[in-house]
Amino acid sequence: MANVTIRIQQADFDIGREIAALTEGRTDVGAVVTFSGICRGSEGDEAIAALTLEHYPGMAEAEIARHTEAAMSRWPLTGVTVIHRVGRIEPGENIVLVLAASAHRQAAFQAAEFLMDYLKANAPFWKREEKPGGTSWVDARGHDDDAAARWTRS
Amino acid sequence: MRVKYFAWVRERIGKAEETVEPPASVRTVDDLIAWLAGQGESYAHAFETPRVIRAAIDHAHVKSDTVIAGAREIAFFPPMTGG
Repeated sequence: MANVTIRIQQADFDIGREIAALTEGRTDVGAVVTFSGICRGSEGDEAIAALTLEHYPGMAEAEIARHTEAAMSRWPLTGVTVIHRVGRIEPGENIVLVLAASAHRQAAFQAAEFLMDYLKANAPFWKREEKPGGTSWVDARGHDDDAAARWTRS
Repeated sequence: MRVKYFAWVRERIGKAEETVEPPASVRTVDDLIAWLAGQGESYAHAFETPRVIRAAIDHAHVKSDTVIAGAREIAFFPPMTGG
């Protein structure tokens, strides 16, 4: 059975504890790939004091669950963990965690990348930046859509 | 039907959600955006560039030509910037 954890929370997460939760008590896991997204302190030349993340409760969980199911049907995964923080996050703090576990590394690497690409393009979260000149919503980047689209099988 | 707004769409309109009763001629997501845009200055500002607005019906992404009949909850928001 695969371990699946999806959480949206204000609190920080403990990456070591989350990895342990995917491997404890089982001997079929040969690879855990970890992606953690961290708040930067600058964007280009501009300093960022903090990000505030808003989400669409209910849909955000549903959308992540849909992508997780898609990843599980595509690769032989033993577990997936997706944790996304919301609220105010300062530079250096964690924003998002994606773990993909499998018997072998290739499936784990690919699934982690697939999940992050889909999360960025499709999961209903929005970032607001606090800069010296005031706060503003972060503009979406076209390359995030392109990154998600490359996983679409023709 | 219940309508929800997020990020700058929410800020421009000045509310996070409301219940609306559009006329029967409003059939699609596009129609609803056009109708909402006519509900006052703040709505017109929020929906001034309809092509950038994303929509979801009952927690799933939909295209702008999707028929809204039967929808319980429709959400409008800018392109997503999570992760």
